[in-house]
Amino acid sequence: MDILLFGIAREIIGDQKLRLPGDHGIDTVMGLKTWLLNNYPQMGNLNSLAIAVDQEYAQDDLKIHEGQEIALIPPVSGG
Amino acid sequence: MKKIKLVSKIELAGLYDWLQHPEAGGIDLFIGSVRNHAQGKEVLKLVFEGYEPMALHQMEKLADIAAGRWPVKKLLMVHALGIKNIGEPVVVIGVACAHRDDAFEACRFLIDELKKTVPIWKKEYFTDHTVWVNAHP
Repeated sequence: MDILLFGIAREIIGDQKLRLPGDHGIDTVMGLKTWLLNNYPQMGNLNSLAIAVDQEYAQDDLKIHEGQEIALIPPVSGG
Repeated sequence: MKKIKLVSKIELAGLYDWLQHPEAGGIDLFIGSVRNHAQGKEVLKLVFEGYEPMALHQMEKLADIAAGRWPVKKLLMVHALGIKNIGEPVVVIGVACAHRDDAFEACRFLIDELKKTVPIWKKEYFTDHTVWVNAHP
């Protein structure tokens, strides 16, 4: 499963995309957030951490799976 | 009718012409531009990055909400990405309505919501450091 990265999240992880290990066992948005915070503790210092699934903001209980477009959305600052 | 775009450089000329409509007596055009300071320090430039397909999708959704809430004749949302220098426009919101109250309200709604939900990020370049805006408390 690949996660698209932007802004400060891209800089924290150090790549444009994050490939989760094959045995990650993540099946919800909450599971992904927990995995990210455990593996990249600096994410915990951000104002917010949202996940987008297929270009929509996702609730924590949403199921995620291979084939979806999943992105990590750090605090936005357009405008 | 709506126009929603992400561009590398905003060309202001032509936007008013596009917004004109024979039934529109009030046209609001908001332009957000790069200012030369933040947190009391000199800003040299900004760099904008977007998750482009999602940003366009979220801008379309905001435009649809505004068009449902106010009697909008024409609506445009344009955001720039890439390196922006002091004074350059970075975002333009335009709304044409029959009356000014609706145009002001719809325009305000669109820029406020864009800043909250559209996945675009800006990095401020100061003389000695850089900051992703809003990232940290």
